Amino acid sequence: MTPSYVSTRNPCKLCAPFGATLAFLGLEGCIPLLHGSQGCSTYIRRYMIGHFREPVDVASSNFHEQAAIFGGKSNLAEAIFNVVKQYQPRVIGIATTCLAETIGDDVGMILRELSSKAGNVDLPALVHASTPSYHGCDAEGYHAAIRAMVDQLAGNQPGADHLALFPGMLSSEDLRYLRDLVEDFELPVIMLSDYADRLDGPTWDTFHRIPKGGTPLEQLYRLGGARTCLELTSIYEPARTGGGLLADRFGVRHVRLPMPIGVKLTDRFTRELEAISGRSLPYRHAAERGRLIDSYVDAHKYVFDKRAVLFGHEDLVVSLSAFLAEVGMIPALIASGGGNAGRLRRAVLSAAPELEGHTRILGGVDFAEIEEAAVQVQADLLIGSSNGYRLSRQLGVPLVRVGLPIHDRLGAARVMHVGYRGTQQLFDRIVNALLEARQDGDPTGYTHM
Amino acid sequence: MSSPKKPDIETVREDLLRKYPTKVARKRAGQIVINRKTEEGVPPEIKANIRTVPGIITQRGCCYAGCKGVVLGPTRDIVNITHGPIGCGFYSWLTRRNQTDPGPDGENFMTYCFSTDMQDEQIIFGGEKKLAAAIQEAYDLFHPKAIAVFSTCPVGLIGDDVHQVCKSMQEKLNINCFGFSCEGYKGVSQSAGHHIANNQLFKHVIGRNDTPPEGKYKITLMGEYNIGGDAFVIEELLDKCGITLVSTFSGNSTISAFERAHTADLNCVMCHRSINYVADMIEKKYGVPWIKVNFIGTESTAKSLRKIAEYFGDPKLSEQVETVIAEEIEATEPIRQEIHERCQDKLAMLFVGGSRAHHYQDLFAEIGMKTLAAGYEFAHRDDYEGRRVLPSITIDADSRNIEELAVEADPDKYSPRKSEQELADLIQNGMPVKGYEGMMSQMEEETLVIDDISHWESERLIELYKPAVFCAGIKEKYAIQKMCVPSKQLHSYDYGGPYAGFAGAVNFWRDIDRMVGARVWTYIQAPWQKQDYPALEAELVHTGSSEC
Ligand code: SF4
Ligand code: SF4
Repeated sequence: MTPSYVSTRNPCKLCAPFGATLAFLGLEGCIPLLHGSQGCSTYIRRYMIGHFREPVDVASSNFHEQAAIFGGKSNLAEAIFNVVKQYQPRVIGIATTCLAETIGDDVGMILRELSSKAGNVDLPALVHASTPSYHGCDAEGYHAAIRAMVDQLAGNQPGADHLALFPGMLSSEDLRYLRDLVEDFELPVIMLSDYADRLDGPTWDTFHRIPKGGTPLEQLYRLGGARTCLELTSIYEPARTGGGLLADRFGVRHVRLPMPIGVKLTDRFTRELEAISGRSLPYRHAAERGRLIDSYVDAHKYVFDKRAVLFGHEDLVVSLSAFLAEVGMIPALIASGGGNAGRLRRAVLSAAPELEGHTRILGGVDFAEIEEAAVQVQADLLIGSSNGYRLSRQLGVPLVRVGLPIHDRLGAARVMHVGYRGTQQLFDRIVNALLEARQDGDPTGYTHM
Repeated sequence: MSSPKKPDIETVREDLLRKYPTKVARKRAGQIVINRKTEEGVPPEIKANIRTVPGIITQRGCCYAGCKGVVLGPTRDIVNITHGPIGCGFYSWLTRRNQTDPGPDGENFMTYCFSTDMQDEQIIFGGEKKLAAAIQEAYDLFHPKAIAVFSTCPVGLIGDDVHQVCKSMQEKLNINCFGFSCEGYKGVSQSAGHHIANNQLFKHVIGRNDTPPEGKYKITLMGEYNIGGDAFVIEELLDKCGITLVSTFSGNSTISAFERAHTADLNCVMCHRSINYVADMIEKKYGVPWIKVNFIGTESTAKSLRKIAEYFGDPKLSEQVETVIAEEIEATEPIRQEIHERCQDKLAMLFVGGSRAHHYQDLFAEIGMKTLAAGYEFAHRDDYEGRRVLPSITIDADSRNIEELAVEADPDKYSPRKSEQELADLIQNGMPVKGYEGMMSQMEEETLVIDDISHWESERLIELYKPAVFCAGIKEKYAIQKMCVPSKQLHSYDYGGPYAGFAGAVNFWRDIDRMVGARVWTYIQAPWQKQDYPALEAELVHTGSSEC
């Protein structure tokens, strides 16, 4: 039996404002601002840049000792004015760090006062989320920020009959793909949030203070008129998500689906799109689906009964485990640093009931615990973030890098996970990692596998 | 490739300031300085180590980052525990490329990130219990010689007494266990954390073991963090010269070596900013003098080796040092000349750290590149203007809350390595005993020196000057590259290095040469390379900005 530890040794989660910052970066013209000491925003910015390899601006209200004691009201006001002056953002997305939360700063009230006193200064839209990390991880922070945007920015402006798509924390390429997919059903879509271009953009031919891309504010003002809101989460309850709030406040039809990874889960997603649009799966996606299944057939003997260790944020590992199950692999260990084992187990078994009895599920754990459990399950392969590299070395099995952070490879923003296309890429990578390990470990050096 | 005419430096300075609200502009004006020295060579005053204005996107980190990441982080046989919520520990987990050689015992805890991962309950009821349990767990797991605890912002607020917890765990476990009150909000940057780390090292570690290692010429290296293997190169070099390295603060370092650091006869300071406190305190308590050295650049490396030899005053050592230098230069010189041909007169800008922005100018100068603008992220005035300004630095509220240890000569262990007269003679001959001239003294006239450069300012500078290379950290790297300018990371070396010593210099020149001439740049055209791009001067006057 693994001892249960009090401290965290090698965490498998990031902190809440990281997720909130990511969500804010998907708003057009938005500068995220972390309310607290500058270390948090510098760290978070640095980490995000390391993953996406793109410029990222995150401001801070730069608390010093007095602010830490007496509250950061004036710091926040000053920070907002200075950000406006330098960047002329359309939105400032404010998330609270643990320090501001511990002090108990009421950001909502500070902002209301600020707006009423702003006078002739043109303030951008201000949105704030409460994101104490002693209360939740990066995914929690992400959803808190999405919910805050719905709460504080969404409106019911007429002129839209669109699909609201809340994709969750995915890669830039995933977001780009999802948009294409939905649009191929000829559905107008508002995606919240969409950092695809901002966090994976081209070189600039003219200078940009704030990189291009993101969901425009105008779309948020119309969000309440959506015909359906599709929200890709099987973990977060409507009471804590943007989709849930959109349903409550504007009566938008709300459909929660697991992230579409693998044929089964992607079928669920595209069937929903078929129902909403009244169109059948467009040819090129049907063809992608066909090729994906064809590759399953081609490779089934390489992956059959292979045992994988999965780790990452909960929604990602839930869908990944369903995908592995459908190709005959065994996600022998499914772990997440966030949440708890109970809710993760329920979500996994609901997405892939066949896994009952074949897998070990750990929620709210660190890498030390994952390592201990991984040694026991005799893994053939690891699927997760770069932070699993140490474990991969230790066990001598390959690591297929997915999710976030991926800071030791190029192209983290372009790693795909979702849809038929994303699954295809993932599947190819997994099969090849297994083949490569077998080939490298084989003394004869076969080249035809 | 012809570079556009350089804009006038005064105009550039004004342009950088124009975008700010008046109050902010006034403040930044003191931190954006044109290097114009007096006839005696005294540089102008710069404002440094002052608060970053809220909302100005700084590259600075927090006190905790400086304390844990910089000074203690690179030491392999101590377990470091972050007391706080998860992020602070997570983001400081192996993000610096400090290398270490785990040695025969294989003890290396640097790959571990321990955190108390505070939850609601600790924020409300206090986290001391959880901290004690975390220390116990770390002990049970590794039985390390030492455990250190680092406080993050919320800890200071909820009032946990980490020092008391450490003390009682030290008694219980019978190992060295100590804490740091390095809450992120203290001071104005990482620098406060360096100071706090120095203090605690001095109080809890240095001086615990009085047995000196074998060796005739015993020194320590201070402020060398073994990024990309720099310390390995220097270690080898010292070894060749017959100089014994007692301890390095902190790179490829161990707690055991720290404990007997005071048995060295000379302390050699690389990064003045982060470690000068320890050097000063060792001098006061044990009588070991320190000198400023620099192992970045071949000339500086040679000079530093010669200074060390001169300090020990043994002709045999000097002879050996000269032999080593001659050998090394023979190998590096042809390469330098070849690269000099290609890189000559190209422009560099360096904005990083508390010493690198100075040291790396030497490497550029050796291949004929000019440093047009430079600045530190978290340095103080003495790092810019030289230690002569120390008496005139005013202590503000942010510095006052960092403890200044009162150190006296140790009644038993104080043994001055040189007499007053000997030291005076050395200084007379140009030995930098307790001396640092600072970056500005060495920089050319009419160059820009900018403290705590903001994200916005660096982007603007690039836009205006299009340097051949911009040296910074990963936070700036991709923004610089978006503007089609090569960027060299001087924190992590872009996974390259080592760059120290002679062998390292060659690595650096080659990397710069390749970057500056890289083919990728031919695919993209920077805005200012376009035909219809307005002349800089005109643009500066008329629009003040090229916002699009
Ligand atoms: S909470 Fe404080 S200690 Fe932690 S990263 Fe932020 S500023 Fe630094
Ligand atoms: S204090 Fe909180 S918000 Fe800041 S880095 Fe630490 S965990 Fe993240």
